[in-house]
Amino acid sequence: MKREGKRTTLFTRRALVMMAGQVAALSVLGVRLYRVQVEEGARYATLAESNRISARLLAPTRGRILDRFGTVVAGNDLNWRALLLAEETTDVAATLAKFNDIVPLADHDRARIARDMKHTRQFIPVLLRDFLSWDDMAKIEVHVPDLPGVIVDVGTTRRYPFGADMAHVAGYVAPPSEDDSGDDPVLALPGMRVGRAGVEKSHDDDLRGVAGQVQMEVNSVGRVIRELDRTEGQPGDELRLTIDMALQQATLAHLGDQSASAVVMDCTNGEVLAMATNPSFDPSLFDAGISQSQWEAWTSDRRTPLINKALAGVYPPGSTFKMAVGLAALQAGALTPEDRIVCPGYIDLGDTRFHCWKKGGHGALDLRGGLKNSCDVFFYHAARRAGIDAVADVARKFGLGTDLPVDLPGGRTGLIPTPEWRQKHHRHWGAADTIIAGIGQGVILATPLQLATYVSRIATGRAVVPHVTRTIGGEAQPGATAAEYPVLDIPEEALALARGGMFAVVNEAGGTARHARLDIPGVQLAGKTGSSQVRHVSRWAREHGHFNSAQLPWEFRPHALFVCFAPYDAPRYACAVVIEHGNAGADVAAPLARDIMTDALTRDPARREIAPGQTVAQG
Amino acid sequence: MLTDRRLLRAEPDFGLLTKLFQVNWPYVAVLCAVAACGYVALYSAGGGPEPYAWRHGVRFGFGLVMTLSLAMVDIRFLARFSWPLYAIGIVLLVLTLRMGHVGKGAERWLELGPIQLQPSEFMKVALAMALASWFHRASWERVGNPLFLLPPALLVLVPVALILKQPNLGTAFITAVIGFSIFLGAGMRLWQVALLLLPVPFAARIAYGHLHDYQRARITTFLHPESDPLGAGYNIIQSKIALGSGGLWGKGFMQGTQAHLNFLPEKQTDFIFSIIAEEWGLVGALFVLALQLLLILGAMLIALRCRNQYGRLLALGIATNLFMYVFVNVAMVVGAIPVGGVPLPLISHGGSAMLTVMFAMGLLLSVHVHRDVEFARREEFPP
Repeated sequence: MKREGKRTTLFTRRALVMMAGQVAALSVLGVRLYRVQVEEGARYATLAESNRISARLLAPTRGRILDRFGTVVAGNDLNWRALLLAEETTDVAATLAKFNDIVPLADHDRARIARDMKHTRQFIPVLLRDFLSWDDMAKIEVHVPDLPGVIVDVGTTRRYPFGADMAHVAGYVAPPSEDDSGDDPVLALPGMRVGRAGVEKSHDDDLRGVAGQVQMEVNSVGRVIRELDRTEGQPGDELRLTIDMALQQATLAHLGDQSASAVVMDCTNGEVLAMATNPSFDPSLFDAGISQSQWEAWTSDRRTPLINKALAGVYPPGSTFKMAVGLAALQAGALTPEDRIVCPGYIDLGDTRFHCWKKGGHGALDLRGGLKNSCDVFFYHAARRAGIDAVADVARKFGLGTDLPVDLPGGRTGLIPTPEWRQKHHRHWGAADTIIAGIGQGVILATPLQLATYVSRIATGRAVVPHVTRTIGGEAQPGATAAEYPVLDIPEEALALARGGMFAVVNEAGGTARHARLDIPGVQLAGKTGSSQVRHVSRWAREHGHFNSAQLPWEFRPHALFVCFAPYDAPRYACAVVIEHGNAGADVAAPLARDIMTDALTRDPARREIAPGQTVAQG
Repeated sequence: MLTDRRLLRAEPDFGLLTKLFQVNWPYVAVLCAVAACGYVALYSAGGGPEPYAWRHGVRFGFGLVMTLSLAMVDIRFLARFSWPLYAIGIVLLVLTLRMGHVGKGAERWLELGPIQLQPSEFMKVALAMALASWFHRASWERVGNPLFLLPPALLVLVPVALILKQPNLGTAFITAVIGFSIFLGAGMRLWQVALLLLPVPFAARIAYGHLHDYQRARITTFLHPESDPLGAGYNIIQSKIALGSGGLWGKGFMQGTQAHLNFLPEKQTDFIFSIIAEEWGLVGALFVLALQLLLILGAMLIALRCRNQYGRLLALGIATNLFMYVFVNVAMVVGAIPVGGVPLPLISHGGSAMLTVMFAMGLLLSVHVHRDVEFARREEFPP
């Protein structure tokens, strides 16, 4: 049939076209498969891997901080916390309400929970409350059937057994801020803390440790199928400080409730044995967060409890600076050990009169006598003869006005007027300024730690550097022996002269701190008093006898200072004491320093054998 | 009416044995190969013979018996059921709309006692039969008459509209394409085709306005899958990751991480091809694709070799159905078209699809066995 044939031909033709179309269409899909599977394969393989594997960090335990004999200064306590796993409860609001009946939640807790709930996925627990008491824990455990999704687990929290006594040295930790979280992903883990002050801050990296990692195979909703790989983290390194807690506490006891700071150093190697600052604060408060009122109370207190005065408090060194001035004059050749200067009680410069602290004057004195009597006029002359640049140069050799590389944060430089500094800040430096500098007043500022370093260097002739860590993770830190420190380029005879003057201050009749003699047979203390004015004394007040600093308001009284080392013949311990507005150094600071040094010498922590891991009973 | 005298007279020695011999055995072999691929893939998807692979195998076994039985039945006899089956299909579709089981926001399933049926799958085959019947008696000239094309056009549009209302965009589209292919095979004039396709873009615009939210989401996320990686774009991205991470040689049997860790949604049905591509790589994927192409082209060849119009058009419709299944499913898996609930024939898990595909295969084989029979134009079908 013709018509039938036409129908068949047409069908055949169209069917063949369709077959071609089908082959073409599936080929296009084949090409597309090739693109996705082979050309972009590597990219998708990575995506599949990251799909599958979820890495979780394991929070490392923060390293402990121990004193030189192994007493725990900062440890870790278990912190019981309640967490909520949203996927295990049908009604989050109801569970929270029930939890609130058992353990009350504060408003800020609730706000934080709501925020965390929004940002975390269902299977990641959200912190409800931490620092649960034993009672709270028990209550939660009893009510567990009513609290679907609530888990109780344990983390760690920082504990400072000595509290305020070591707050300034050990520092404290606080939850990381958003700025911190950037540098280390481990900080994002719940319970992680960052050192915010003291050793906790300066050695934060050592103490923090390395996070462990668990790689888990997860399914599409993030539920763990199995653990693929586990790398145990490393707990933070244990830190062994140079501080002797017993001496630290004894020193603090001597300071009493005065606003003061005292530093005891091993003057042969710069190990800080005690660094006491009063008043202090409770470092454990920072872990949970400081209340606004507490913070304001601390920051508005004029006795500055949050500041470590030992290295961040700057004071005019007053008469304690006189060794540096005398040595500068000797060094410059402007003074010989035999040179005598007559003190009539004042010197005049133009129409300005500079007084000695002793109204009638000291008569003729050599350097040793000048130091012993702390004669102002002697050192006015010595400074003038040496020149301010020579004085500044020597002072800097002793560490004054320099950034001491101590491993604690927040240290201040103090101020020694170098030529550059004068160029910048004090273009019209005159003879009067040099004269005032001669007795450690005027622009000159130093920290107690700098003063302790200064005395150590006078005592040993070596450029010892203060430090507070002995070992990190069991590894001894450099700087533990005297030989590691270079000898100062100040002649030994000159230093001996200064030491002799300091000996005379304490041990000879007429010395300004004779009452600060040690009560230990065969051991002598060498020291120097200082009282630094914080307010100008007008000529009128002085001439009319209206100058009695003890009657001034507290904040206008002079600071009392004392620097010393002992034993005189074989120096081992150096000490600097600054009592803010304590009036005369000789009356207040010297006896205090003597008591501290007595403790240091009798306890003798620097020479006591330290076995690793040994803990010495406090005494 | 199997005892029709003319029938027996035409093929006096066309016995059961001859018919069995006449079965397109290479085609059956391809069929089994595809089903075997499905078994392997489902074995992996289920992590063992349970819950998918074993049932898949059993279903295929029963299906194969049905297919071969159907192949023995005279196509002229089967053709008589074209209209009743079409009618049943329409009734089932209406029933589905009325009391269907809602799955994923679409009423697609009809529960008849223990059996869950997807009438739209069945409808595609019934439509092909009905259209083949209609065009079987039409001469070349009559097909040229637009008025003659109007009733079959309605035959297509009614089920398409019903399926769209479910709504099942993918199957509705496939149904329309099947109808269109039969129109073409029947000799519809090309100017008519042009006229028909002209309003399609406008219709598409209007249709978009009537789409369900999830369907629109599919289209928008298809265009920008990365815009919503955990939401609607999830399927596409995860599927592409599965494919891409498979690479050239694949990760190995049962080693597909995407599938085994449930990143792939509906891995045992719509996304079974992703598992194949992930575990067997491009090589495995292309192999399965080639087998499917053999199945399609084999059906087309059966259509070409058939000497009666009914068989030709039916085979063409069934071939188109297979092709559309494969094309839409794979295109969806490789992220080339928006996702729609279209399974991969004989590989995806699902009883309804398996049943209808094997039914269609039975018809196809019957067409092949009876390719040379005398098939009168008028008498077989009441107009």
